Amino acid sequence: MEANEHEHVIEVTDLRRVYGGGFEAVRGVTFSVRRGEIFALLGTNGAGKTSTVELLEGLAAPAGGRVRVLGHDPYTDRAAVRPRTGVMLQEGGFPSELTVAETARMWAGCVSGARPPAEVLALVGLESKAGVRVKQLSGGQRRRLDLALALLGDPEVLFLDEPTTGLDAEGRRDTWELVSTLRDAGTTVLLTTHYLEEAEQLADRLAIMHDGRIATTGTPAEVTATQPSRITFELPEGYFVGDLPPLAELGVTGHETDGRTVRLRTRELQRAATGLLVWAERARVELHRLDVRSASLEEAFLGIAKEVSAAETAHTRKEYAA
Amino acid sequence: MSATNTGAPAAARAPKAAATTPMSRMTALARAELTLLGRSKGALVAGLFVPLVLPVSVRSAAEEMDLGEAGLTIGTLVLPAAIGFSLLFAVYSTLVGVFVVRREELVLKRLRTGELRDAEILAGSAMPAVATGLLQCLLLTAGCAVLLDLDAPSAPHLAVLGLLLGLVMCAALAAATSGFTRTGESAQVTPMPLLLVSMIGSGMFVPLELLPDKVASVCELLPLTPVVTLVRGGWTGDLSASEALGALATAVAWTAFAVFAVRRWFRWEPRH
Repeated sequence: MEANEHEHVIEVTDLRRVYGGGFEAVRGVTFSVRRGEIFALLGTNGAGKTSTVELLEGLAAPAGGRVRVLGHDPYTDRAAVRPRTGVMLQEGGFPSELTVAETARMWAGCVSGARPPAEVLALVGLESKAGVRVKQLSGGQRRRLDLALALLGDPEVLFLDEPTTGLDAEGRRDTWELVSTLRDAGTTVLLTTHYLEEAEQLADRLAIMHDGRIATTGTPAEVTATQPSRITFELPEGYFVGDLPPLAELGVTGHETDGRTVRLRTRELQRAATGLLVWAERARVELHRLDVRSASLEEAFLGIAKEVSAAETAHTRKEYAA
Repeated sequence: MSATNTGAPAAARAPKAAATTPMSRMTALARAELTLLGRSKGALVAGLFVPLVLPVSVRSAAEEMDLGEAGLTIGTLVLPAAIGFSLLFAVYSTLVGVFVVRREELVLKRLRTGELRDAEILAGSAMPAVATGLLQCLLLTAGCAVLLDLDAPSAPHLAVLGLLLGLVMCAALAAATSGFTRTGESAQVTPMPLLLVSMIGSGMFVPLELLPDKVASVCELLPLTPVVTLVRGGWTGDLSASEALGALATAVAWTAFAVFAVRRWFRWEPRH
């Protein structure tokens, strides 16, 4: 039903959130998520990911801007939205003295059209823990219980706030697989993470948040493409940077040195690498610790964090000077 | 963990089969809270043991009072006091702990992400303690009738009204108090003012009739006094219509104040 009723299942426009002390955690965020898409909000701790997601979940009213989930305001129109969404908070939220099965049964009683609790527990591999009290679960098991409960009502939209924090590598992979399967079955997923690999693996599109704003957004490939590739090596004994062939001619856009280590940035990786290697061959020197790599999401992420901080520092300096 | 059988749910996503109702949601929550109540030793002692034991001390104090002058018997002194204890311990202080601990465990926040409305979360969480309080009061009434030769009430409707209002008021006051309580430990302390003031000033140990008039007229305004007055009046039949209305108005006013305080100061999440 209503497969194309909302091209955008989540629409966020100029969203702002201000906490009691006056701290502005979300400073004008705009993005949208299409039906059946996995959208990742990526950022360091304190970037404003959770503050943003909580507004989408309808836990608080925004200080400014607009949120629509499935066409409704999730805060004021709670009754229309909640039966169609599933939420996994960043941290637990279960009474520690209840068992896993009791917790699932309680939640099932509060979810329209709930699946049998045992079924969702099996989905996340917790069926053998049904009789165990929540306080005795490991951090990873608690995360999986939280995911199971978020899935109880077969939600159309799933909010996952750091779904794999505390999971071991295998648990993380299992969760990724489960989330992809859900997406393939038509579920729209909004997740936050500070694991770049997670965003790279799962997300159809992503936004990198920094300091309450979206620094960049797009598909993982698009975001990565904004970043230069990198060549790193150690200068051979007796050589200086000036002994290298003219860098601009190799398509190198910038370089840094750190002791004997040289780092080149380029958008033409093959040309730059070839030029460098041909020079080394002719000069009969060996480039130790040679590392040639295309831009990854990680570099995009670090690059953006650096750019934004640098811009801010410059801005602050100007303010002091004025 | 297996992701093999996730295809089915999406196919079955069409119309939601069984939509929840406020009652079904609150029942599910109350059932879980009842389990938790049974597993909390502190709540069991405070909620079950204390209200059944304290009345005994009221009884021994009563033997030294001139009750006849106030038109009271041991039964009409002990029963309202016992009901008062039950409301204070089994309902009020137990629920302060429940609300605070659920908030600190982020349970309230998690519940708010689902279909439950705010009022349903509060009511559902309060249900087991309120039901325990009600059951206790009924048992205490039966016990007093048998052990203390308590006659049948002359105005039972007043006693029933007083008890029901008392239950609602204590639950609401507990939610309000939890807003000013930071941790589970401090939930042992923050209910103390109301407990002490009520035990001293609400006619539980010493009937207001035996207090100086000026003191008594202040004590009448305390939250639990109208409950004690209505229950006692229900048995003695000594309350005039205006006295009964005054007591009802006081209880309703406190309940309204508590609801206002909850709307204004209740916290759904721990402080950051």
